[in-house]
Amino acid sequence: MADEARRVISVIVINEASVLSRVTDLFSGRGYNITSLTVAPIPDTKYSRLTIVTSGSVHIMEQITKQLHKLIPVLRVYEHEDMVEKEMALVKFPITENLSDIDTLCQAYNGKIVNTGENIVIAMVADEPTRVNNFLKAIKRYNPKEIVRSGAVALER
Amino acid sequence: MQISGAQMVIEALIAEGVDTVFGYPGGAIMNVYDEIYKQNSFHHILNRHEQASIHAAEGYAKASGKVGVAMITSGPGFTNAVTGLADAYMDSIPLVVISGQVPMSLIGTDAFQEIDAVGISRSCTKHNYLVTDAKDLPRILKEAFYIARSGRPGPVHVDIPKDVTAQIAEFNYDIEIDLETYKPNVKGNPRQIKKAMQAIATAKRPLFYLGGGVINANAADEVRELVHKCGIPAVETFMARGVLSHDDELLVGMLGMHGSYASNMAMSETDLVIALGARFDDRVTGKLSEFAKHADVIHVDIDPASISKLVNADYPIVGDVKNVVNEMLAQVDVVNADKYATWRETIVNFEELHPLTYHEDSERLKPQWVIQRVGELLGDGANISTDVGQHQMWTAQFYPFSRPRQFISSGGLGTMGFGFPAALGVKAAAPEKVSINFTGDGSILMNVQELMTAVEKKLPVINIILNNNFLGMVRQWQTLFYDKRHSETDLSIQPDFVKVAEAFGGIGYRVHTKEEFDAALQDAVAKGVVAFIEVIVHRMENVMPMVPAGGSLYNMMLLEKKESK
Repeated sequence: MADEARRVISVIVINEASVLSRVTDLFSGRGYNITSLTVAPIPDTKYSRLTIVTSGSVHIMEQITKQLHKLIPVLRVYEHEDMVEKEMALVKFPITENLSDIDTLCQAYNGKIVNTGENIVIAMVADEPTRVNNFLKAIKRYNPKEIVRSGAVALER
Repeated sequence: MQISGAQMVIEALIAEGVDTVFGYPGGAIMNVYDEIYKQNSFHHILNRHEQASIHAAEGYAKASGKVGVAMITSGPGFTNAVTGLADAYMDSIPLVVISGQVPMSLIGTDAFQEIDAVGISRSCTKHNYLVTDAKDLPRILKEAFYIARSGRPGPVHVDIPKDVTAQIAEFNYDIEIDLETYKPNVKGNPRQIKKAMQAIATAKRPLFYLGGGVINANAADEVRELVHKCGIPAVETFMARGVLSHDDELLVGMLGMHGSYASNMAMSETDLVIALGARFDDRVTGKLSEFAKHADVIHVDIDPASISKLVNADYPIVGDVKNVVNEMLAQVDVVNADKYATWRETIVNFEELHPLTYHEDSERLKPQWVIQRVGELLGDGANISTDVGQHQMWTAQFYPFSRPRQFISSGGLGTMGFGFPAALGVKAAAPEKVSINFTGDGSILMNVQELMTAVEKKLPVINIILNNNFLGMVRQWQTLFYDKRHSETDLSIQPDFVKVAEAFGGIGYRVHTKEEFDAALQDAVAKGVVAFIEVIVHRMENVMPMVPAGGSLYNMMLLEKKESK
């Protein structure tokens, strides 16, 4: 499965009940895993936009794209090639860690400390998914308590 | 006007011109059945199992070209219907299936006869709806019919909770369908069509590969004209039987696993496949890498997802077959039919080398004879449905089909138990034709309760049971590929089929000889009552030729040469 490269697909769908399961069923029915999935309404329309990160061969992706198109509530499907892609991550640290180090690291990844509590701080970064990976590696030494990633969103250039 | 959800269902069916509904009542759909009781606009046929209702609606849709309609209740009523939905989905049959659901307030509470119906039907329907407010019903029902019949046809499921059928709301069916996200592309790209015609003109050994889409598009007349103007031989898929008449000299035959030698060899030798409404199913192609190896491919299909799904199309044309073929006909002058004379001869030689035939047996009737004989006696006057198995393949091979919509069978899903209820639907749609169901001793028991429907509704379907006391097709594979270990396929223990038919009020015959068969068929046609004609046939007959699963089309197992008929 050499050509099972990472793929990013955007799907524009009518914002209605059951549409998400129609889309994800196409992946699960073929035994394909979805790496990440984000959904949000498109402002001032009746549509929502899904960004799906998955992996698979060119042939399978073409099939999935066509099958997605066949779904009645699907307006458009983009298989991204040249895109701007961003993902957000939130990380919870003990307040006892070196906060200036953490803050500096965050800044390198378009982020900052966004919340402080009695015992913890929450930091946020927003960057390309591969860079978010790097960030998450770099902060390991500061004993992150909890990490949440948003999944990628993408726009074709 | 302000009416209940149940009344809306009736009004919508009337507005759609529905004349026959198949179904089975139950708790959650009772409000709708109450309205069915009060109306006189359409006929309701009570099947004796929900699966049969869907198959009957399929038979009706296939024979008539209209949308078939079935109605069922929630829970087990719906789950029984799922096989039918899947069958219709695989074979692109337009259906609207309406199911009852528990009231909205009980959904998700494990209520009596509750099941997540739309969750189940999502993967085996073209589209589905859960109606949560009666005010949406007119739009949903109108969309359901439109989606079922347009583009690549298919089943649409509408699930209506019981309280929604009782709810009063405004009904106006005179609304525009506004589906921004669903606009099937029916007109083929003119540039691609032009290129395709050039490819045909320059090909040396082109071959038409006709699929069920030709029938769905009502394009058989146009396709016949195109085939003849081009002088190019044609093979048909199982689903396309009858597009060309059996006696058409350009019809090579059926291709695929049990296709004729000539058809499979033609496909292996061709340099240009002209696929019209066909989807390169694995039972057709055999080993993909060897399929039409020397050929470029023109692929015309209404469904973009079918194009280049399995075989790469060099000339993809998304569009309705009828439109595209009409465009092709307008440019047919570029094609010189004389050019393919040698190619046509080559195919005739294939046909002569290994014709589609069988060996007679002095002891027992051969199933192929029975099918041919029905063809001789009834021919065009019969509509033919089948169940699934050996008898189905023999019917596709040996019945002399002469028109589209004459042959109704379960192709994609291969559903045993399809034939009898489908034949009831066929008879309801085309009462002037004799409705024959070729079946086997295995298949017939999978919807045998429909004898009751046939008797009650006076639908005189003639079931010809080719009885070899085996689950024949599985037995054939066991004989050929499992060293004759006939695991659980010996059906020697059987009911008395004559008595079964009679017990329901039908008529039964058991025949052993040709004379007995002729007499039984003539009697059954004359009596006009649902019939079982049980024909005792040779037990070990195999369907030949055969391309073993995964093999290449040109490596067929062939009928052993003997003094043939």
